[in-house]
Amino acid sequence: MGKELNEQEEFVIEHPIECESPNELHTSERFIGNLKYLVIGILFGIVFVKAEIISWFRIQEMFRLQSFHMYGIIGSAVVVGIISIFLIKKLNIKTLSGEKVVFHDKTFNKGQIIGGLIFGLGWALTGACPGPLFAQIGAGFPVIAITLLSAIVGTWVYGYFRDKLPH
Amino acid sequence: MEIVKQPWPWYIAGPLIGLVVPALLLIGNKSFGISSSLRHICSACLPAKLPYFNYNWRKESWNLFFVTGIALGGFIAAFFLSNPTPVAISSSTVTDLKAIGITDFSHLMPADIFSFDQLFTLKGLVFMILGGFMVGFGTRYAGGCTSGHAIMGLSNLQWPSLIATLSFMVGGFAMTWFIFPYLFKLF
Repeated sequence: MGKELNEQEEFVIEHPIECESPNELHTSERFIGNLKYLVIGILFGIVFVKAEIISWFRIQEMFRLQSFHMYGIIGSAVVVGIISIFLIKKLNIKTLSGEKVVFHDKTFNKGQIIGGLIFGLGWALTGACPGPLFAQIGAGFPVIAITLLSAIVGTWVYGYFRDKLPH
Repeated sequence: MEIVKQPWPWYIAGPLIGLVVPALLLIGNKSFGISSSLRHICSACLPAKLPYFNYNWRKESWNLFFVTGIALGGFIAAFFLSNPTPVAISSSTVTDLKAIGITDFSHLMPADIFSFDQLFTLKGLVFMILGGFMVGFGTRYAGGCTSGHAIMGLSNLQWPSLIATLSFMVGGFAMTWFIFPYLFKLF
């Protein structure tokens, strides 16, 4: 798909407006290059299942404050993330292809509260944030593909009504 | 191999997840975030001339490879590395969930709610369809999910991400403590 397509002509915008997890690599990566992210995803998915992060029960246990498990996972992940980013900035560590690592500041808007609350309510229902939805499907719960489809519809509906929503 | 098959404790899993942040940054200058994949799928499949979905999603397709990997990883772990015992949640959680009508504790997800049999019941509609919709709508409205805000955003010391993360938690507490007791009476 897309080999003969000139991508620059077909689309107006390079990056999504305010894309929250943008690709800042200047070097272009073709299909083979993108397989790196497939491999990272596989390892990530294995951790998701092995630590039972994709379990609806674990999410219930978290929201009922009956175990440290999920808090320990998120907390220690953030600590490792903070140290990593601190080191990347402090030591000016470059990417493998020698580029400067790009960070994006988040700007506050009301969506983080309203949208955050809506997501939180849904998180307790499904027992899954977007990442675990993918892992649940792979882990033998094909019915969750319907939940994922519904999440995609939710994303689309947000895009449709975006201008009318308070931000 | 026996250790691999045991459920992994938080102090192993948490740091491994944290390492995804520098791994993506250093391998490909990419900020960790998963819910964006849902937006890229909309952009690729049904942009419908909405400016929000009209962008070069192919440039962001790494995210689609990443989530495909997550599904494959889930498959590998569940079918080749799994432990046969039920999820070892605390006994108080089991008691609480039994009280609201959950009977199946044998897998990662309760079959009482998440199965094709339940899909077209009111319960399935609320938990799978409505729940999924709220996850997709809410994360995009908030500009990120647990990975983009709670892990990537907090790691980069972004205070809007802290507000988003606290909002996620408040929503989850509200559903679990205040809405579940009434919700489960309907089924």
